This record gives sequence, structure tokens and C-alpha cells, in this order.
Amino acid sequence: MTSSRRAFAAIVGKDLRTELRTMRSLPAMILFAVTTFIIFRYGLDRTALSGSLASGVIWTTLLFAAVLGINRIFLPEREEGGFDSFRLAPVDRPVLFAAKAAVLFLYLVVLEAIVVPVFAVFFLENWTGLLPLIVILLATNLGFAALGTLISSMAVNSRARDLLVPLLLLPLVVPLMIAATSATGPLLEPAGPGYDKFGTWLLVLGLYDGVFCLVGYAVFDFLLED
Amino acid sequence: MADGSDNAISLRGLGRDYGDRPALAGVDLELPEGASLAVLGPNGSGKSTLLRVLATLLRPSRGEVRVLGCSLPGESWKLRGRVGYLGHQPLLYEDLTGRENLHFQARLYGLDDETAAARIESDLEILGMRRRADYRVSDYSAGMKQRIAIARAVLHRPRLLLLDEPDSNLDPQGREAVRALIGRPGELAWKGEAPVTRVAVSHEPERARAEADQVLELKIGAAA
Repeated sequence: MTSSRRAFAAIVGKDLRTELRTMRSLPAMILFAVTTFIIFRYGLDRTALSGSLASGVIWTTLLFAAVLGINRIFLPEREEGGFDSFRLAPVDRPVLFAAKAAVLFLYLVVLEAIVVPVFAVFFLENWTGLLPLIVILLATNLGFAALGTLISSMAVNSRARDLLVPLLLLPLVVPLMIAATSATGPLLEPAGPGYDKFGTWLLVLGLYDGVFCLVGYAVFDFLLED
Repeated sequence: MADGSDNAISLRGLGRDYGDRPALAGVDLELPEGASLAVLGPNGSGKSTLLRVLATLLRPSRGEVRVLGCSLPGESWKLRGRVGYLGHQPLLYEDLTGRENLHFQARLYGLDDETAAARIESDLEILGMRRRADYRVSDYSAGMKQRIAIARAVLHRPRLLLLDEPDSNLDPQGREAVRALIGRPGELAWKGEAPVTRVAVSHEPERARAEADQVLELKIGAAA
């Protein structure tokens, strides 16, 4: 068997190189998020948001932007024979899950690095909550990445994958969203960040991440079977 | 062989269905190690399905299948990395160059960078693709893709080579280049190793019968 670390690095490198070359996923995700913020700004007719409303706007936008990336994460594997290529190679199959989840995680980090400051410019009067928000963003990204990779691998062979991904993903992501929005709301208060139940929600996010990382790793072998 | 027999491939009553429709039925075969087999038959007779079963990409629906001493599908994981497979799809990423695709494959197969680079450059030279190896695959013609796909299939120097119409899309020069890399049936042996077992689907019965050690003729849904 090929070293899992080497195969992981090869797949991540291949995907990042392809994205840099084609810009198929990230620009669409970023454009979607920024456009959504503009719509919220004029739709809500508010120049400042705080607390749970700010939290809801940011997480709703990030969730739907993430769906765009999740939909495409396995597309080259399906359309260009990458699944067959991988199944022929002496590599543990969960390595593909881990590599794809890592790529999705990186996409989300880049997305947030660009659109969260845009959100702050549009809506926030007090930016001090952004630093602790990074912890929540990273913990939520891990859950998105693990669950999104799992769902995408199940839906990719279906002609209705654009429909299937949100249909399967959104109900399963509800606990993650509850924890993320609940932890984010107090951080974006106008008076400065509050840490009420911050640790509890972070623990919930960690548990969710752990469960879906393990589930994905355990079942991915079966998902790749003929 | 791991199981003590001299056969690279042993099939007894192999069948494979797609839903209710049988694509392969009752295929029996004993192919010694190092021998070459030509698979003939009309469209829809299951030639590609047979190769995909042997490559572990499809599970057999019934029958006994042993490939390089591994019983399929149970021991398919032991076979990974020992089989070279060329299907109808080139299994190349369109947005990477030909060379990048081969280096990616080399990493998946655990080849060290030095060995991989030497092998890739040598194979590209033989296939007449060295100067064009830095073009994106999406810019290649079908024949150029086929050449790179063949380089991909043999990059890890497999013990069993499964080729589904290896000459398709190739011009005469391309065919010669491919033959220079993988030889004629029964000729292929990687440096210092035993001859490679080769199974090739062909639509040229006369040439296949003249060149291959054995011929398997498939009819729609069954072996002849």
C-alpha cells in the first residue's frame, strides 16, 4: 500500500492546482456570498446588524455558498474517471475522503477570509468579535467539510446531484448551524463580544465534527464500491 | 503465484449482471502467467465488463474469479497496484497536463520521485509525447490522450495488463509507438522481471488470433 500521507498530499495538491488553474468553485462561492450580503443589506434595509440577526445572516450565507463548493468537489472524479483511477491504486480509500474534506475545508477558509471582512464592512459597528469568531468558523468548517464530502460522494453519481446535495445536507447540518449561530450571536453584540455558553457550543461543534469525520472515514470504503 | 497455481487468471462460471440484464454469463478461462489473451466479440458481448471485473472495478455477480492468486471480490484489495488498466475512458484529469497526470498517478502508486521522473520521461519519449506532455489534457486529440492513458496504465509496471481496444484513436505512428512501449502480445516484460500477463480486447480477429496465445470469444451475454 502507498503511504496514506503521500496519497493524501497528491490528491490535495492535484485539486488545489486544478482550482487555481480553472477557478471553478471558489469565485462562484465568493460572488454568491458577497451578492447575498448586498441583498440582505437592502432587503433588511439595515446598515448595521448585531447579535443573533448578524449571526443568522452570516451563517445562512456561508451555508449556501458552501453548498456550491460541495456540489463540485467530486465532479472531476466522476466525469474524468478519477474514481476508477483511485480504486485501481494501492491506496486506502478513506484517504480520498480525508483529502477531499481537507480541500473543502481550505475552500471554506479562503471563502471566509474574503467574505467575513466584507460582512464586517457592510454590517458591523464593532469588529472585536471577529477574532473569537475565527474559532467558531474553523470548527464549523470541519463539520461542513466532513458532512459535505460524505453527501457529495453519495450524490455525485446521480443526475439529480444538484438537487440531492442540498436535500440531504440541509437537514443534517441543522445541529451544526444551531451551534454555530448560537455561539456567534453573542460575539457580534454592539457592546463587544460576549462569551455566554461559548465553551458549550464549541463542544457541540467539536462533537459534531468528530462524529461526521468518523462516519465519513468509516463508510467511504463502501461508497466507492461498485 | 500466491495460491500455488501457475495461472494468472482463472475464471469458472463468471457472470455479471447490470440490474436484471446479464452482461456476462458462464465465462470459463485459465490463462497462465505471462501469456496473452485476446478477447473478441460483438458490441455488447461483455468484453469491457470482463476487463472491469478483472481490474476489480466491478464485482462479479456469480462464479469464481482468481486473478494473480487473489480471489475476487474478497481479496481485491490485494490486487490493487498490480494491475494496469486501460479502459474506454483515459482516466486523465482534463485540467492537468499529461506530465502532471502521470506524476499524480506515480504518487498514488507510491513510486519515489526519482524513479517516477525517469520512468515518465522514458515512456513519454517512446510514445512520442515528450514535447507535448506539458499541454493540458483537454487540449489533446483523442490519439494523444490514448498515448498518455497507456503511459498511465503501465507507469507502475503491473504484473497484469488489461487493455480495452488499445489501438483505438491511434494513427499508424501512434500504434507503433504504443507497441514500442508495451510490445506485442507475449513480448512484454519489465526490466529484470517475468513476462507480463496481458488481456486485450480487440476488434481485429485475424491479427488477434495470430498474435495472442489464447483467444476468448464472447457472444451477447455468454462466452462462445
